[in-house]
Amino acid sequence: MITTDILIIGAGPTGLFTVFEAGLLKLKCHIIDALPQPGGQLTELYPKKPIYDIPAFPEVLAGDLVDNLMEQIKPFEPGFTLGERAEDIEKLEDGSFIVTTNLGTQHHAKVIAIAGGLGSFEPRKPPLSNISKFENKGVSYMIKNPDDYRNKDVVIAGGGDSALDWSIFLADIASNVTLIHRRNEFRGALESVDKVKELKDSGKIKLITPAEIIDIHGNGRLDAVMVRKNNNPDEEFALETDYFIPLFGLTPKLGPIANWGLEIEKNAIKVNNALDYQTNIPGIYAIGDVNTYPGKLKLILCGFHEATLMCQSAYQRIHPNKRYVMKYTTVGGVTGFDGSKKEAPKAVVKSID
Amino acid sequence: MSLDINISITDREGNAHEVTAPTDMSLNLMEVVRLHELVPEGTIGICGGMAMCASCQCYIISDTALPDMEYEEEAMLAEAFYVKDNSRLGCQIPITPDLEGLKIEMAPEEM
Repeated sequence: MITTDILIIGAGPTGLFTVFEAGLLKLKCHIIDALPQPGGQLTELYPKKPIYDIPAFPEVLAGDLVDNLMEQIKPFEPGFTLGERAEDIEKLEDGSFIVTTNLGTQHHAKVIAIAGGLGSFEPRKPPLSNISKFENKGVSYMIKNPDDYRNKDVVIAGGGDSALDWSIFLADIASNVTLIHRRNEFRGALESVDKVKELKDSGKIKLITPAEIIDIHGNGRLDAVMVRKNNNPDEEFALETDYFIPLFGLTPKLGPIANWGLEIEKNAIKVNNALDYQTNIPGIYAIGDVNTYPGKLKLILCGFHEATLMCQSAYQRIHPNKRYVMKYTTVGGVTGFDGSKKEAPKAVVKSID
Repeated sequence: MSLDINISITDREGNAHEVTAPTDMSLNLMEVVRLHELVPEGTIGICGGMAMCASCQCYIISDTALPDMEYEEEAMLAEAFYVKDNSRLGCQIPITPDLEGLKIEMAPEEM
């Protein structure tokens, strides 16, 4: 079991900065995120896009902002559980919590800070009415173990990088790979597009465009998908296959957190913004884009502020008998858990003869 | 002088709303839908208006002339679901006086 003071759910900018503010208060943090890398939507959606409203940064790329935050919090040695989604929460008698992920990893913490942004990123599922019946029975939205597809027939749908890359990768493993896309154009990296064309010409990938999967057939397990070419009902045909892998990118969903008994309004978690961004469950805070209160703005800079005040409240909760006096980092420096110490250089006293 | 235009927006439940939208606030169509809360908050404009999700997808009903699609919008609509020939991303359509009388229908929410 992973033990920490503050368990942060969400490794976006707000969650990352929480580690810094908590660290100044000598509180240890651990972060869970469903994505395999830190940064949240900044890394996942728009790493190369500029942001102009971070105080004192006239312009900063989203990816660089995340890199800077990771550098800033390094001395406080945060733990990470990446690629796992916070699933269940249990409140213990002493007021602490156990949070379990979808893969069963358990985290024990005195305080929970939900910095979940828009929610956890999950695969976008095509709107086929019976698709959920075939999940893990021939339909999957991600490829965990490529060897599962050895000598099998695989149909991949999608027109982005992951559809292209996996088609290329599986061409050598599966017995048949069919790539289906709604358009003739693909929007992946140029070299991937070229590679797919090469594999198509050599007969290693079958390409069906413009086409869409409109139905799934099977008795308990998938055995065929229904393909419609040229958006024409007269050009429909069944394509037998062992696997159907729709790869349409990721979309954020509030997910299991919505069932934690927290007060939800407009797909966001209600918090007390007059005080400390605590939710209706004492000990659980919500900060950044995931929360709502009168006048809420979903801005990174607001998330930073919320994280700072929330940490003060968390400190009081964890140390009810201690009084904390706020110190400027310029005065007190930054002492990391790794033994590092940053501080302002001392002025030199020297007389001039 | 600011000029408001009239837009007709059919929400995801099929109810039509006649709304006005200011043309001098650099709004886009997605933001107008949010402004009037015509679909639940949190189910539209998820990416913030960067053409990186399709949560503001709408169908253009009137024959109003619209700005051409840029590469990013086109690419997103190639991946989105429920796409029709008249699909556009609301976040990529700035509110200008030329849009007077525009009529749109919101596309279903992706599950």
